[in-house]
Amino acid sequence: MTFKKYLSITEVVGPLILVENTEGIKYEELAEIELPSGEHQLGRVLEVNQDKALVQSFGGTSGVSVKGSSARFLGRGIELGVSSDLLGRIFDGLGRPIDDGPAIIPDKMLNINGNPINPYARNYPSEFIQTGFSAIDGLNTLVRGQKLPIFSAAGLPHSRIAAQIARQARVLGSQEKFAVVFGAMGITFEEANFFISDFQKTGAIERAVLFMNLANDPAIERIATPRLALTAAEYLAFELDMQVLVILTDMTNYCEALREVSAARKEIPGRRGYPGYLYTDLSMIYERAGRIRGKKGSITQIPILTMPEDDKTHPIPDLTGYITEGQIIISRSLHRKGIYPPIDVLPSLSRLRDKGIGEERTRADHPNWASQIFASYARGKEAQELATILGEAALSPVDRQHLLFANRFEQEFVQQGEYEDRSIEKTLEIGWSLLAELPRLELKRIKDEYLDKYLPEKSKAE
Amino acid sequence: MEQIKGEIIRVSGPLVVAKGMNGAKMYDVVHVSAMELVGEIIELRGDRASIQVYEDTAGIGPGEPVTSTNQPLNVELGPGLIESIFDGIQRPLDKVMEKTGNLITRGVHVNALDRSKKWDFKASAKPGDKVAGGAILGSVKETTLVEHRIMVPPDVEGVIAEIKSGSFTIEETIARIKDKDGQSIEVSMLQKWPVRKGRPYQKRLAPDSLLSTGQRVIDTFFPVAKGGTASIPGPFGSGKTVVQHQLAKWADAEIIVYIGCGERGNEMTDVLLEFPELKDPKSGEPLMKRTVLVANTSNMPVAAREASIYTGITIAEYFRDMGLNVAVMADSTSRWAEALREISGRLEEMPGEEGYPAYLPTKAADFYERAGRVVCLGNDNREGTLTIIGAVSPPGGDLSDPVVQATLKVVKVYWGLDSKLAYRRHFPAINWLISYSLYLESLRDYFNKITGVDWLSLRNKAMAILEKEAELEEIVRLVGRDTLSPRDQLLLESAKSIREDFLHQIAFDPVDTYASFKKQQKLLTLILNIYEWNLDALERGAEPEKLMALSIRDEIAKAKYTPENQLEKIDALSLKAREEVDKL
Ligand SMILES: Nc1ncnc2c1ncn2[C@@H]1O[C@H](COP(=O)(O)OP(=O)(O)OP(=O)(O)O)[C@@H](O)[C@H]1O
Ligand SMILES: [Mg+2]
Repeated sequence: MTFKKYLSITEVVGPLILVENTEGIKYEELAEIELPSGEHQLGRVLEVNQDKALVQSFGGTSGVSVKGSSARFLGRGIELGVSSDLLGRIFDGLGRPIDDGPAIIPDKMLNINGNPINPYARNYPSEFIQTGFSAIDGLNTLVRGQKLPIFSAAGLPHSRIAAQIARQARVLGSQEKFAVVFGAMGITFEEANFFISDFQKTGAIERAVLFMNLANDPAIERIATPRLALTAAEYLAFELDMQVLVILTDMTNYCEALREVSAARKEIPGRRGYPGYLYTDLSMIYERAGRIRGKKGSITQIPILTMPEDDKTHPIPDLTGYITEGQIIISRSLHRKGIYPPIDVLPSLSRLRDKGIGEERTRADHPNWASQIFASYARGKEAQELATILGEAALSPVDRQHLLFANRFEQEFVQQGEYEDRSIEKTLEIGWSLLAELPRLELKRIKDEYLDKYLPEKSKAE
Repeated sequence: MEQIKGEIIRVSGPLVVAKGMNGAKMYDVVHVSAMELVGEIIELRGDRASIQVYEDTAGIGPGEPVTSTNQPLNVELGPGLIESIFDGIQRPLDKVMEKTGNLITRGVHVNALDRSKKWDFKASAKPGDKVAGGAILGSVKETTLVEHRIMVPPDVEGVIAEIKSGSFTIEETIARIKDKDGQSIEVSMLQKWPVRKGRPYQKRLAPDSLLSTGQRVIDTFFPVAKGGTASIPGPFGSGKTVVQHQLAKWADAEIIVYIGCGERGNEMTDVLLEFPELKDPKSGEPLMKRTVLVANTSNMPVAAREASIYTGITIAEYFRDMGLNVAVMADSTSRWAEALREISGRLEEMPGEEGYPAYLPTKAADFYERAGRVVCLGNDNREGTLTIIGAVSPPGGDLSDPVVQATLKVVKVYWGLDSKLAYRRHFPAINWLISYSLYLESLRDYFNKITGVDWLSLRNKAMAILEKEAELEEIVRLVGRDTLSPRDQLLLESAKSIREDFLHQIAFDPVDTYASFKKQQKLLTLILNIYEWNLDALERGAEPEKLMALSIRDEIAKAKYTPENQLEKIDALSLKAREEVDKL
């Protein structure tokens, strides 16, 4: 099929190109811009107004000229060709292979925007995923089909944590087909390489699909990258019955690309210059996680974002938190204390935890246990603060015990090795041994039957 | 009437502009492109109509047709609403799934209500009765919990010529009414009503009874009245949705309309899976049997999200008109406001604060004004109530957000969620120091009647303890707890007990999820009594340390887990506590 070639480019502003005298152009249509150099750039139609089409170029507009460049419109949206051959392959941020492998012979072509899952068709996520991290499994439990982002900041070890989750994550007692889909947006070559070599080391690369838009790749391309990743994930999960873990990093770079486009369009900005529709845009990405009734596969999403200035109220973490089912927060102060993983469990949250733990899922005492650990640690943190103001001597004996608990909790429970894969039993056991340091009377959130059964001797004697 | 057919000239996201729309009316529904996407006219200039499209507009472009249906956006009202899940423009999502599979695709047209299902209609009016809009013709037992009253549509008046009981579909004629011109009007069980227009009633009354929710911090401290309005603003993860779900489960309304407006898909699934399993505390019937769901999740088209709260509220008004108590939960109204903002931005309207359109406060007020206690149309002067509870999701939890501000201007109850409480896992994380209810006074008589005591003074005493605690906390933070007088220390102990043993309520605990008002009364009285007894004992010369370390405290902490059918155990606990204090 041939498409009309328009030589009528009249404006180039930032990543935007205005084409005039157009006919029959559709909203969201894929465009191909030919530069005077003969190079091609892909773009999409952001708006059509009578005979004018506004195109957002994924490859940026450097080298695009008003005269001498041309545009063609391809009569379809952006698509990804999918097949089981995606596994083990590496693509660029627009879905073009970059690993010297053969071209994919697609089973079908899918529009990367996807369609919303009918809420009626969803199945509620409830299967416990053991990540091997105590701070996650014990207190902020991940379940299959959840979207649980990591809120991090520059210089913190979020990539190591994500890679470790990808390495260790499994559903207890099940032998199913796993896959990892990795979407990189604007991360450094080194970071990207860290993931690739980790996947290679563990053999995970065989069942991984990678979409790589690196820091030096065109920024606007990032807008397409997570959508490509999720299109691949949906195919693997809902057509090939695989359990898919999607890691998207760094969502902050994605949002910045959106802001760039919005600014070029002179839209009325929302907070800090991000577009007013950022919430909706992000939800189109994050909501593509989940389970569907009658389907074996699932999509679990772990988006990673770096909070500008470590600020959780910045629009990117804020709007993400409003969409996802909790968040894992990486703390600079724990990191400074040398604790890995520096997960701050108090502001972290897994909203689906309560459906994933307890009898028949993890263990009957787990919910009570978790609620107690949170309460005791929160009290210990308060004691820590009080002690810094008033000195430890000002603390009551019980507060001092809580202070000690908080310290040991960080050192022994949160802290673990990068290759230490803790079972949930082990996690519960460490927790119980720490709780044993507190007077039994302080363990109000745990039912007596569990205290009798699991609390180590030490405090039973009291 | 001549059909109005125009042509698209512009597409920008959910906004489409068409020319050649002469004669089209504001807020009329149109079909866009050959796919017949549903849209609504929101602006007219000359022959140009700006249209918000309720479905994805990708692949649509200039030159494609737009046809007006000449009808405003309506909802269908009649048997079949209960237990349904609709999208923002009332498409039943189960039927949509039958047609399009697991994903929602475009251009699906399905009736909101099932046309083939037969309902057992029992007539209660008889031929010869003079009736007007709102008069009850009879009823259908729609579910075990809902007696669906079939009413004369608001604009019909006359004498019943014919009416029959029996098994009918919603489109079949159940009655014939002769109007004053002698015209015969056929009445079926199906009514339509434009969503943007409130349904009429005879008159508004001031709310005077409690919407009991089974949530202690709400019923006891910041109650909402039947027919009232409440708002829950809070940062992400602070507990808005859990509170809304709890209310949908346990509020003593006869009908619940739950609107998931621009929020998570899984939260709707949660309701769909859980409500059929949960039992109404009064009747023992599944809660789903009184629930209607409207779900336009965040990833569904943004314009339909804007419509969803109107779809929900209109359904609610219809049930109110039957003389029922209806409660609407809207989670979250911020997403509705953002949808307004997005469309407004594309229309290039002059923005107000934070880019929201200047008419945001008016629209918010109009919405909450649809709540109320009313005398319904019809001749039996029955009363119905409609309570609205809206969540607000301000950026960064910042309460200066325009949506929060617009809401607080109109609602009477404010439950302020606090992320600090949530981090401590104190749930519901409703901050008692900033929240308020303006219904306390109007509920005074009601409370006195159901409790048999001067309830508000008891409640105020507890509030005063909490407020004093906040003051003392400041001192403790500066100089430590030891410097406080024994009286103050006892107060802190009592405040802690109010917080932990009363206010703290875990939604997921099978017993604690719901507390009857009676249980709330017993628990609070117990805690306050112990405080009084302790103060008396202190006066008598009892040792403060011993009073602080009463062994009964452990049992009091667990008192909230007392099942509803064993409340006498709390009385027994009270006696035991008295004894222990008296011994000191
Ligand atoms: N009453 C409660 N009992 C127990 N847990 C609760 C309660 N309220 C809130 N939580 C906990 O807090 C989590 C977050 O609550 P919720 O989903 O209601 O937040 P939200 O304010 O609606 O957030 P968002 O604005 O992001 O939707 C829940 O998943 C649950 O773990
Ligand atoms: Mg919520």
